[in-house]
Amino acid sequence: MNVTLLSSGDLIFAAGLVLLLAMLSFRLKLGLGRQMVFAGIRMTVQLLLIGLVLQALFANSSLWLVVLISLVMLAAAGREVRSRLKRKIRGFFGFGVGVGSLFISSFSVTLLALLVILQQEPWYEPRYAIPFLGMLLGNTMTGVALATDRMTSLFYEQQEIIEQRLMLGETWKQAIADLRMDCMRTGMIPMINSMAAAGLVSLPGMMTGQILGGTPPVEAVKYQLLIMFLIAAGTGFGVICSIMMIERHLFDGRHRLCLHKLSKES
Amino acid sequence: MKEPLSTLSCHKHPAYFSVEGLHYGANGPYSFNCAANECLGIRGVTGVGKTLLLRVLADLDRHEGKILLSGKECSTYSAPDWRRHVALVPAESRWWYSTVGSHITAGEKEVDIGGLLAPLGFEKDVLDWDVKRLSSGEKQRLAVVRALVHTPSVLLLDETGSGLDHQSCLLLEGLVNAYQHEYNAAVLWVSHDDEQLERVAQRIMSLERNRLKITPGSRPIERVI
Repeated sequence: MNVTLLSSGDLIFAAGLVLLLAMLSFRLKLGLGRQMVFAGIRMTVQLLLIGLVLQALFANSSLWLVVLISLVMLAAAGREVRSRLKRKIRGFFGFGVGVGSLFISSFSVTLLALLVILQQEPWYEPRYAIPFLGMLLGNTMTGVALATDRMTSLFYEQQEIIEQRLMLGETWKQAIADLRMDCMRTGMIPMINSMAAAGLVSLPGMMTGQILGGTPPVEAVKYQLLIMFLIAAGTGFGVICSIMMIERHLFDGRHRLCLHKLSKES
Repeated sequence: MKEPLSTLSCHKHPAYFSVEGLHYGANGPYSFNCAANECLGIRGVTGVGKTLLLRVLADLDRHEGKILLSGKECSTYSAPDWRRHVALVPAESRWWYSTVGSHITAGEKEVDIGGLLAPLGFEKDVLDWDVKRLSSGEKQRLAVVRALVHTPSVLLLDETGSGLDHQSCLLLEGLVNAYQHEYNAAVLWVSHDDEQLERVAQRIMSLERNRLKITPGSRPIERVI
């Protein structure tokens, strides 16, 4: 089966649909037109650039280049997590919590998949390493950002409850046990929902891409299953890790809630 | 008191609570003490830092200087342990479980809760009530019970009784007074109501930003350890 190569005209036609939508938004005064056009342009530039980078990388599979690109992706994901918080964590820790939890979850799970499951030669084969890391980072980032945002908001909103529980002699862990469960659920629900809907309601992107690229559907499904399991594990570890980092950061050694470490709502 | 509080438990705390050179924010230095079985009333203008003082005493806010319970410094206790000994009842209580009882039986010690509820005019079935049906006055009274089930050595009361009718306020004062005697507890009671302070306190402390003045109240000191 051959892949139908897309011409620039095909893409311009598809982009035209977004422009049409933007124009409709202007006409109906929905206030989304400008944002949509800018997001479309930004996505085009980013994807074209990464396409060029990947092409160069695949031609020359250097470990250092793979590491460099991975670190850039990680830093961007960490920044994205921070920017999605309504109440940001002050200082470098605000950036560190995203980077740290994504590093521990996405990096370790990707590494495990490359070394144990995929076993390419060399193990860091960019054609596998970068797309796997990208998919894991992207999905884990969403879970971590949701959980982190929920946690910082809840700590603010429920400050009085947390402190009154502390007043009764509870430890900080006991005082936030319910909140922690809530944050964990918030971070994991999108992933659990997408696992439940996969195949019935939606055909996941990676599988669809592989089928379009000519891979037999059953083989594509196997890859999709692999990536979904990895994403679920990565998201879970990432969410747990970010929750543990934040809760320890927002309480001091005397079990006092330190809300001054959060910025005002943005 | 209709029911003696001696049914509560046999623990008695020879509490002696003192503060030396206490600083927090722009407030202080303050030095004062409150003996076992004493109620120290605290008054001061709005915004002078009375609530903050109680929070600091419960070690919920950073501070410098010494806070001692029976000669042992606050930092030598674990923070949860300290707060079980030095219990703060806030001006406005929050409730997080669905029933009243889930909050009140959460302590580790076996306490006759009925002995605490009856003096306030509550039946024991209040424990099964949904917290959503509590009025603000009921919340205020039950918040005191919620703190007392942990049998603290020091009780910090922030405007407790301020929103209650006179009769309910007197019942609450009676319960605290009985607890203070029964457990040799030190009570620090912040209030804007001078008449209330005269009724409950053996000494009254007027708090200003950087100094304080202690005057004797009208209640005699019955026993000081």
